[in-house]
Amino acid sequence: MTTNDAAIAAEGLRKRYGPRYALDGLDLTVERGVVHGLLGPNGAGKTTAVRILSTLLRFDAGSARVAGYDVVGEADEVRRRIGLTGQYAAVDETLSGRQNLVMFGRLYHLGARQAKRRADELLEQFDLAHAADRSGRTYSGGMRRRLDLAASLILAPEVLFLDEPTTGLDPRSRNDVWDAVRSLVAGGTTVLLTTQYLEEADQLAGRISVIDTGRVVAEGTADELKARIGGDRIEVVVRDAAQLGPAAAVVARIGTAEPELDADTRRVSAPVADRMAALTEAVRELQLAGVVAEDIGLRRPTLDEAFLHLTGHRAEPDVVKETAA
Amino acid sequence: MSTMLQQAPALVAPPPARTPLARLRWAAADGWVMTKRNMAHVVRAPEEVVIYFTLPIMFVLVFGYVFGSGMALPGGGSYREFLLPGVFAMTMLYGLGATATGVAFDVGRGVVDRFRSMPMARSALVAGRSAADLIRAVLEMSTLVVCGLLVGWQWRNGIGDALAAVGLILLLRFAITWVGIYLGLVVPNPDTVGVIVFPAAFPLTALSNVFVAPELMPDWLGAVSEWNPLSSTVAASRELFGNPGFGGDSWAAQHSLLLAVGWPLVLLAIFVPLSIRRYQKLSR
Ligand SMILES: Nc1ncnc2c1ncn2[C@@H]1O[C@H](COP(=O)(O)OP(=O)(O)OP(=O)(O)O)[C@@H](O)[C@H]1O
Ligand SMILES: [Mg+2]
Repeated sequence: MTTNDAAIAAEGLRKRYGPRYALDGLDLTVERGVVHGLLGPNGAGKTTAVRILSTLLRFDAGSARVAGYDVVGEADEVRRRIGLTGQYAAVDETLSGRQNLVMFGRLYHLGARQAKRRADELLEQFDLAHAADRSGRTYSGGMRRRLDLAASLILAPEVLFLDEPTTGLDPRSRNDVWDAVRSLVAGGTTVLLTTQYLEEADQLAGRISVIDTGRVVAEGTADELKARIGGDRIEVVVRDAAQLGPAAAVVARIGTAEPELDADTRRVSAPVADRMAALTEAVRELQLAGVVAEDIGLRRPTLDEAFLHLTGHRAEPDVVKETAA
Repeated sequence: MSTMLQQAPALVAPPPARTPLARLRWAAADGWVMTKRNMAHVVRAPEEVVIYFTLPIMFVLVFGYVFGSGMALPGGGSYREFLLPGVFAMTMLYGLGATATGVAFDVGRGVVDRFRSMPMARSALVAGRSAADLIRAVLEMSTLVVCGLLVGWQWRNGIGDALAAVGLILLLRFAITWVGIYLGLVVPNPDTVGVIVFPAAFPLTALSNVFVAPELMPDWLGAVSEWNPLSSTVAASRELFGNPGFGGDSWAAQHSLLLAVGWPLVLLAIFVPLSIRRYQKLSR
């Protein structure tokens, strides 16, 4: 695949705010017709990357092509081919949902009747018909996000940017968005999806780029990344802190790596290979060892753990980084 | 929702404009969409409409009655009749604040991100604002004229000249709108903009022929006042309305009609390109 065939091809993108780099040499190649996840903690540079690729933001170094066109030199060609649902809803909150969609349709140069019809369809499909004529100000956060998403789908875009599209949505709306993304991709659209949730990336994205401090620190399919992170973990909480030692010995035998101990929460955990076998074995062995467990469970690695693993440091909260700047 | 795209017909936008003429047509169409957006805002916030009408009414009453009694004119005539064309132009000047604040508000809204990520004309947002403000100015002018007639002002040279005078005043407002658009883009904080505008606009009114005939000012002040763009429009509209107080010996006073057309065109030539360029570079 040459970079010209790729839906998104970015090389060495750098963007500086004051003394700090929000993007520090970001490379990203996304082939056509897939969902590509951009996974990273607060302040990693996800929004910055999306804004650059959707022609909203200038950058200091590097180059980027979207749908085959240069985002700087051929910005108008890019704009004809993309849809954008930013992290914050980009709709006119004074206007009604319908007025918004008709307006955007007209700005895409649809005819008046076509724009109206498309607006009605989208309102219906995004479950907003009942609120179509109310001012956007009266919408709930989730309704506003759905309206925003609808606006970026007026024309089926070649490349769709979704910046944390499900943040603030209830589980049902979240599933709706995921379904919408899947059917878009079935129709040939390429989606770049940013998220802080490993699970979301897992659900939707074929490939995932993990980014941290403006750079890609790992890339692969969800399974590849999970294998690197260490997959599921077994976690045991003991009733009596004195039993942490024996519990750790049991967990060490079952797990695939040294167990981690947390005395404060009386917790022992370790990665495991086979989920169910590990669980039944743990229950039995703890009983044999006379350890009283308050809780035994399996859980996915958190994004924090993924980060610890992939970057060697914890995902710093954005606040800390900003005061450091 | 999950079946969304299966149901959706393939929608294809018309191909991009390649010729300058086609580009101009789309720019006009996009600008009109944005004009309608601004008008829809007004409909959804009707308290704004009240402002459209109360400010002009207040200006006429306050200035007509407070200053209108007992001021003398060099050539004689009713002071109130002298004053009203000035109040018309002054109201247009103060529209600067509304325009600048509106633009500053607008560029702070998230929706501008969507506009800028779409293949629409780059000029549309600002052009739509200027068209909407012109429509607003027409409403304000109508209110002013009606109020003026109620307090005893009148036009004396026939309806044609009167309409020409109104045209000149609206032309000034149109030019001022673009100054306001530029201001709103440069100082994209609605609160700050509102505070800046008054100190900028007030000296312009004070150093003009709105309240006092330049002949009555000290020489240098009179000269400044006669070359003030606001004065040109006021003097020209006084002449066209047949109201007292126009004329004078200086070149500027003799050619107020020419300047009343020239000044706004100069302002437009400067601020239209500046504003459009500024908008394109916004937050990039
Ligand atoms: N306009 C700006 N001015 C200064 N710094 C900025 C600006 N925009 C972003 N940054 C900084 O750039 C870095 C990357 O920000 P960005 O918004 O891209 O992160 P993100 O990955 O989208 O985070 P989040 O998950 O919180 O949305 C952050 O440290 C942020 O503080
Ligand atoms: Mg973000």
